[in-house]
Amino acid sequence: MRYNEKELQALSRQPAELAAELGMRGPKKGSVVKRRLVKLVVNFLFYFRTDEAEPVGALLLEHCRVAQEEPSGFSISFIEDPERKYHFECYSEEQCQEWMGALRRASYEFMRRSLIFYRNEIQKMTGKDPLEQFGISEEARFQLSGVKA
Amino acid sequence: MAFYATCDAPVDNAGFLYKKGGRHAAYHRRWFVLRGNMLFYFEDVASREPVGVIILEGCTVELVEAAEEFTFAVRFAEARARTYVLAAESQAAMEGWVKALSRASFDYLRLVVRELEQQLAAMRAGGCPPPPRRPRALLPKENGCAVWSAEPPAASTGTSTGARSGPERPPLPPRRRASAPNGPLDSASFLQLHEWYGQEVRALRSQWLRSRAQP
Repeated sequence: MRYNEKELQALSRQPAELAAELGMRGPKKGSVVKRRLVKLVVNFLFYFRTDEAEPVGALLLEHCRVAQEEPSGFSISFIEDPERKYHFECYSEEQCQEWMGALRRASYEFMRRSLIFYRNEIQKMTGKDPLEQFGISEEARFQLSGVKA
Repeated sequence: MAFYATCDAPVDNAGFLYKKGGRHAAYHRRWFVLRGNMLFYFEDVASREPVGVIILEGCTVELVEAAEEFTFAVRFAEARARTYVLAAESQAAMEGWVKALSRASFDYLRLVVRELEQQLAAMRAGGCPPPPRRPRALLPKENGCAVWSAEPPAASTGTSTGARSGPERPPLPPRRRASAPNGPLDSASFLQLHEWYGQEVRALRSQWLRSRAQP
C-alpha cells in the first residue's frame, strides 16, 4: 500500500506526547529484544534505532489492543490479528503504566468518543451545543449516532 | 494500517474522486474513504485492499485553478512532501471533501476535545466547593472515555471516582455501561499528561489560529 512517506517522516520529527528508550521485540517468532527510541506522535508509534534520525518503522494505533506483559512491559496487537504482538519492555512498572495509558488514549477513535461524550455532557448542562462555536456541529463524524454500542 | 482501512470503524466520508497521477500525469478515478486522519483510496468500491493512503497531519486543503472542474489540493507543510491534486464530480462533493479533509487531523480533533474538556471543567468548578484531596480509584472507561464524576475537579479533569460526593448534586442517572476494549485510565499520571497536553495544545492552538488568519 502506498503512503505519503515524506509526511510520515516529518511527523516522526514532531514533538512527541511521550518518548523513551525501551526494549522492543517484533511479532515474528524468535525475534530478539532490541533497544529502540520509541516516540508517540498523534496516533502513530514511531520507533528508531537509538542513533538514527529516520524511524525504522511506525505503528498506527487504531483498532489496537494494549495489554500488560509481566514483569514491567506491555504489548500492542491489532484486533484483527491478536496473536501478532509487538512487545515493549519498560524500566519500571510506573513507566509501563504511563505508556499504556497514553497509548490507549492515542487513537483517533478514542478522541472522537471523548469529543462526543463532552459535547453531550455540555449540551445536557447548558442546553447548547458547544461545537457550534467551531462551526462543526453538523459534521457527521461528531454525531452521537456514529458511536457504536 | 491495512486493517484500519477495511474495518468497521466509522467512515467520515467516502466517494469517488479523480486523483492526479503526478505533475503531468492523467487523473485516475479512485474510491476514497476517509477514516479519522487517514484518507485511503481504492481501485474501486469493492476492492478489498487500498491502493494507497494519504496521512492527513500537518496539511492544508485548498481549491486550485485547473483545467478540471471541482479541483482541490492537499498540501503539506513539509517541503519535500508531495501535493495531492484531487477532483470531485460536483461542486457539492468538492465542498464536502474540502471541509471534511481540512478538519481530519488528529491535532485538530485533540484541540477541540481539550477545549470542551476545559469548558466542562470550568462549568463544574463554577459555584461548587473543591473536593478534598484524596486518592482516586481507577475505574473502567465508558464508551472509551473517562466516566465523568459529579464532583468538580480541583486540578485535573477527565478522571472520575464514581462516588457521588456533595449533597448539592443529585445523583446522575445510571449510565449505560458499554464494554470497552481498553483498560482503566491511570489517574496518577493523568495530571501530568493533562499538563503536557495543555502546554502543547496552547502552542498548537496559537499555531492553528495563526494559520487560519492567513489567506
